Amino acid sequence: MSKLLHWFSAGRTSGKYTLPFVILLLGITLLASAANLLLPESSALHVSTYSITLLGKYLCYAMLALAVDIIWGYCGILSLGHGAFFALGGYAMGMYLMRQIGDRGVYGHPTLPDFMVFLDWQELPWFWLGMDQFWFAMIMAVLVPGLLAFVFGWLAFRSRVTGVYLSIMTQALTYALLLAFFRNEMGFGGNNGLTDFKEILGFDLQSDATRVSLFIITALLLALVLLVSQRILSSRLGKVTLAVRDAEARTRFIGYRTERYKVWLFVYSAVIAGVAGALYVPQVGIINPGEFSPINSIEIVIWVAVGGRGTLIGAIIGALLVNYAKTRFTAIMPDGWLFALGALFVLVTLFLPKGLIGLYGQLKSKRQTLSTQEASS
Amino acid sequence: MNAIDQSLQSLRDTFRRDLVWPFLAPEHAAKVDVSNQMILYVEGLNLSFDGFKALNDLNLYVKDGELRCLIGANGAGKTTLMDVITGKSKPDSGSVFFGQTHNLLSKDEADIAQLGIGRKFQKPTVFEEQSVFDNLELSLKTDKRVIQTLFSRLSPSEIDRIDEVLKIIGLNDQRFMKAGALSHGQKQWLEIGMLLVSDPRLLLIDEPVAGMTAQETERTAELLTSLAGERTVIVVEHDMEFVRSIARTVTVLHQGSVLAEGTMDQIQNNKDVIEVYLGEEAVEA
Ligand SMILES: Nc1ncnc2c1ncn2[C@@H]1O[C@H](COP(=O)(O)OP(=O)(O)O)[C@@H](O)[C@H]1O
Ligand SMILES: [Mg+2]
Repeated sequence: MSKLLHWFSAGRTSGKYTLPFVILLLGITLLASAANLLLPESSALHVSTYSITLLGKYLCYAMLALAVDIIWGYCGILSLGHGAFFALGGYAMGMYLMRQIGDRGVYGHPTLPDFMVFLDWQELPWFWLGMDQFWFAMIMAVLVPGLLAFVFGWLAFRSRVTGVYLSIMTQALTYALLLAFFRNEMGFGGNNGLTDFKEILGFDLQSDATRVSLFIITALLLALVLLVSQRILSSRLGKVTLAVRDAEARTRFIGYRTERYKVWLFVYSAVIAGVAGALYVPQVGIINPGEFSPINSIEIVIWVAVGGRGTLIGAIIGALLVNYAKTRFTAIMPDGWLFALGALFVLVTLFLPKGLIGLYGQLKSKRQTLSTQEASS
Repeated sequence: MNAIDQSLQSLRDTFRRDLVWPFLAPEHAAKVDVSNQMILYVEGLNLSFDGFKALNDLNLYVKDGELRCLIGANGAGKTTLMDVITGKSKPDSGSVFFGQTHNLLSKDEADIAQLGIGRKFQKPTVFEEQSVFDNLELSLKTDKRVIQTLFSRLSPSEIDRIDEVLKIIGLNDQRFMKAGALSHGQKQWLEIGMLLVSDPRLLLIDEPVAGMTAQETERTAELLTSLAGERTVIVVEHDMEFVRSIARTVTVLHQGSVLAEGTMDQIQNNKDVIEVYLGEEAVEA
């Protein structure tokens, strides 16, 4: 245990902004929560429950962006299918929430969710068994994305598929799942997905306190994932990861089984995406096959590119900013968002190859050279 | 009585404290069997790219502790031979053994590296985004499995080893510099450093002095000669002056097979070689 703690505290310089960022994140979370629960609605500083839920949703996206950044920014694997892991985590949570509804559904069946009654099913399919237990559903939320990532990664990385081919395969993966989950016979609610949730662990999902708790839990888990990832990436394993990104063949020639590193990093990343999905569903109240759509996975990559890939904080900031912009933009021009997103991506690739974080670094070094020039003159 | 004695003895052997059971011995500590003085056996190697024979029935034997120079015109197959030895390319036929027991053709790059075969590429490839120190740390001879790497920490002796190598390659002042910011010659040295720090049994070095100044070339020659003996070194080089300054045995490759082998003097007087290799040079000059 002490060894583990030591390993945790021995971080190197690369993550010097991580701790301040975590403190800022948690500080804002607490303030917003307090402003929702303690201040009267008439107060100018009151934060509505709607805003809290929106913030919680953004934080889930931030965690998803972090997952993509680990695998893309640090290991050079451009996954265009991470939406699939997110959605699988979300479905695991959704199944639990469905079973929490119990006999309060429209048809009032004691165990079967409404859509199964509607399909005239007599009993629960085997993969719904146990999902009424929160702990079991949560294990599934990390296990299923993790296993899928392991099998996919093992096959792809062992046969040394890289670059564009790998990206296309990840798109195909999420697309295949999209088609499968659309089918009613799959037993996941078809194109309507899972919705009409009532409670989580007995707490009313509509109440302010539950909403705020979910928001705080999301922030805490995001902070934890950020800290753990930062620590992993500043260990020697992180150096091997960068080595794989920049010169994989060379890394093999000094004795590293690069495909194993890639598989495990891919699994780690998929598990984070699964957790993000599981946190997302109770806050937005629905999960449907649309989450598997290939375009979703591409959007995540754009968040990361905007924030700055290869910097974990950059991925988080990118996800928060782009999603805030999306909320604002779609309120004015619902159909224009994809074009705006495409334009944003082009602009970032052309002018900000290192994203916003890279811009900050450039400005800082420019100011430094200016001030040293002044000092010398 | 005798039988009981024997079984008791074997039982004692099984639990001897100074030995490790074979299945517990770490993989990278695998022994290289050089009881016949040979460390590398390359036999009947053929490899063609789209019908073009890059290696053509190539045979090469290298003694343990030798410093061997490979020369040959561009496209003779020198780099391809190194690719086969290090597991990057698989030949169409032939065999490659490291010591008497390790069949290199059945292993992948990582396995071969862990057996103690290090390689320096023709075009220097270092990890540009990482510091010189990190480049060396990554190359250390350590347990390279995932979990072990995650929890690994530099031991004092490993740090000493890196410091020592930094001095040898003359990059002590650049230790925290990004490798990408080094000059071409310095990258060459860093790559040699990455080889040294991994403590290999056999070093394959492809064109080490390309882009180096005369002084640096001289230092490289000194370093390579000092390495031979304890280690085995195979050097590919075009620079005949350089080859002359280090070589004991020279192998000439031509169109994917061995044309001649011997001391520098023997090679220079070999009729075939004069015809196809030195001849060209003489004509050009
Ligand atoms: N991957 C490859 N595909 C096709 N041809 C190759 C490949 N690698 C090497 N060759 C060819 O094999 C021949 C030997 O190349 P190489 O071993 O690099 O020669 P050198 O002795 O100059 O190092 C060259 O003619 C080269 O064009
Ligand atoms: Mg070559």
